[in-house]
Amino acid sequence: MTVIGWFQIILFCAIIIALTKPLGWYMTRVFNGERTFLSPVLRPIEAGIYWFSGVDERREQHWLTYTVSMLLFHIGGFLIIYGVMRLQAVLPFNPAGQGAVAEDLSFNTAISFITNTNWQNYGGESTISYLVQMIGLTHQNFLSAATGIALAVALIRGFSRASMRTVGNFWVDVTRCTLYVLLPLCVVYTVFLISQGMPQTLGDYVEATTLEGAKQTIAVGPVASQVAIKMLGTNGGGFFNANAAHPFENPTALSNFVQMISIFALGAALTNVFGRMVGNQRQGWAILSVMGVLFLAGVAVTYWAEANGTSTLHALGLTGGNMEGKEVRFGIVASSLFAVITTAASCGAVNAMHDSFTALGGMIPLINMQLGEIIVGGVGAGLYGMLLFVVLAIFVAGLMVGRTPEYVGKKIEAREVKMAMLAILVLPLMYLGWTAVGVVYPAAVASMANAGPHGFTEVLYAFTSATGNNGSAFAGLTGNTFFYNLTLASAMFVGRFFMIIPAMAIAGSLAAKKSIPPSAGTFPTTGGLFVGLVVGVILIIGGLTFFPALALGPIVEHLAMNAGNVF
Amino acid sequence: MLREIRPAIVLLLVLTAITGLAYPLAMTGIAGAIFPAQAQGSLIERDGKVVGSALIGQEFKDDKYFHGRPSATLAPDPNDSTKTVSVPYNAGNSGGSNLGPTSKALADRLKEDVDKLKAENPNAAVPVDLVTTSASGLDPDISPEAAQFQVPRVAKARNMPDDQVKQLVASSTQGRLLGLLGEPRVNVLALNLALDRAAAK
Repeated sequence: MTVIGWFQIILFCAIIIALTKPLGWYMTRVFNGERTFLSPVLRPIEAGIYWFSGVDERREQHWLTYTVSMLLFHIGGFLIIYGVMRLQAVLPFNPAGQGAVAEDLSFNTAISFITNTNWQNYGGESTISYLVQMIGLTHQNFLSAATGIALAVALIRGFSRASMRTVGNFWVDVTRCTLYVLLPLCVVYTVFLISQGMPQTLGDYVEATTLEGAKQTIAVGPVASQVAIKMLGTNGGGFFNANAAHPFENPTALSNFVQMISIFALGAALTNVFGRMVGNQRQGWAILSVMGVLFLAGVAVTYWAEANGTSTLHALGLTGGNMEGKEVRFGIVASSLFAVITTAASCGAVNAMHDSFTALGGMIPLINMQLGEIIVGGVGAGLYGMLLFVVLAIFVAGLMVGRTPEYVGKKIEAREVKMAMLAILVLPLMYLGWTAVGVVYPAAVASMANAGPHGFTEVLYAFTSATGNNGSAFAGLTGNTFFYNLTLASAMFVGRFFMIIPAMAIAGSLAAKKSIPPSAGTFPTTGGLFVGLVVGVILIIGGLTFFPALALGPIVEHLAMNAGNVF
Repeated sequence: MLREIRPAIVLLLVLTAITGLAYPLAMTGIAGAIFPAQAQGSLIERDGKVVGSALIGQEFKDDKYFHGRPSATLAPDPNDSTKTVSVPYNAGNSGGSNLGPTSKALADRLKEDVDKLKAENPNAAVPVDLVTTSASGLDPDISPEAAQFQVPRVAKARNMPDDQVKQLVASSTQGRLLGLLGEPRVNVLALNLALDRAAAK
């Protein structure tokens, strides 16, 4: 570890904190339907879209209607992606002449993108056409991100409203998020990325003759426009197979730094939106503090482990940390930081191969996902995931003092706690359950790339990433098989929607309750005690759930490595 | 619920057209107008022919060129399409080795490569980036230490004085952005092009 390395980490945190308030202010205005500086241009387009689609923007929806609208929207999105992948061979924008994508891979990819996971069983430049990249993947990057944010806003309204039956209008929230937040940011961001060297072309792959006379086919494409939303929307699905490690998908140290910021920016800002909507920004900062504590702990471990290297490297006298699977322009610190960020948020983009990380360095990304990606988290998903833990923490605090728990003026009662537990329990059921199948079913065992405990970690990582809708991978695992295409798709589906539906049920139930003013007996939820309590609840619930699995994978591998074993 | 069907279809199609077609196509147009070279892939031409991209590494095996990092990229086996073969720096199929910290295959590969490099230059410590594969398999850069390590071999193969080659390495070295972000590095293709130009003089 170096001073300059830590300085990069601190600079990153400082910029995120600085962006939280202005972005939160802007997004609050957008979701409250107020005027913004972009309204003169965008308002006519927005109104036109509502008129054309038959949306009455003043009509609000019950939480159940809101959820059903969201599901219908996703069914349509699924059909579009599946359709263009199956038909890409006969559709335009296919200069590399890619053939139809197989049924199981198309199914997996379609589920992957509508759930904001973006697991890459497809090979980017070697499998799919420019049309699929644009109309299938880029478009769903926008819409799954807009959906996540819309759902978080609906849950926030549940807390901030009193005695109401509705939580907002899904169509309006998605449209406003896309038009006012995501698109303008992406346009500016794309231009920046191109200036750094990211391709943006519909032309053919380039044929080069190298200095030594060999032929090199260089894949290009409309990369920058996709990468912008892939990062801002915490989607993470790569244009190229190597994702953000590919020099075209992350050309410079600056593009890397800005990409890291863009993963966290909107998720962090949503904590401020929460604070503003419930009438006290300090409520938002308290939640961001919980996230910050867990985040910095993870960064410290991964950075230390990667800078330290492995026994194999030490035995050969190689110093400078674990550079296997990392790029020179990013080095140890930017690769470690990126890995923690991308898994704390549910982004899943990678600028280094997590499979080649040290045992402990790779365990932190795994833990981040197993905690439910609540450390900033996916845009929207992180906030509603975190609020579920807050509900539990408040419940625990209520049990301690024997008083009905309250949070931001709402009584937390049996229904809310049951729903929060349901959402939190369904995740380990998916990733632990499928991992158990994956390590004994012969067709699945054949997919492991590494032997010994590392092979187990590959399987655990895959199902954790899918369930958490992250999409990063221990990529040695051969995921494009019938078994993994279907099981991972089921994990992604359950991980997304069985989290959303209970969260929305809580939103509906809270919105209907009366708001009670704070009294002397109210547990304050803006101070250090509250932050400590939530961190504790997260670590206890998380630790009890997945510690045994970690012991079988990264922990035993670390001990084996120190004992000088290889597999 | 039935009245949600129309927005589900129409709004989806409208937003698809905006975000999936209008936005990427507009950005492609803007890119071509303001940053045409970057938009096409930062291609480098020599004598009118494309020799590669400034951002994409390529394979160097000849002693007279600086070598990049080992690359783990694959391509389909020409004899059996269900299998893959090692094709270093395949810019049509990026990827890393994905070998873990306790992998025997990785330990064996590292040992073999370290021994080879020690034989080539016994006077310097082997830089870690010169024996580890990159994440993309297309890393265009090596560390300044990895370039310095190769100076004696390149100078000998070209009959150039060590100092002249060292000078080229120094002038091709890029530092951290603002002294802070990223890592110091040397672009291998740029360095080798500079070498060829110096030799031609």
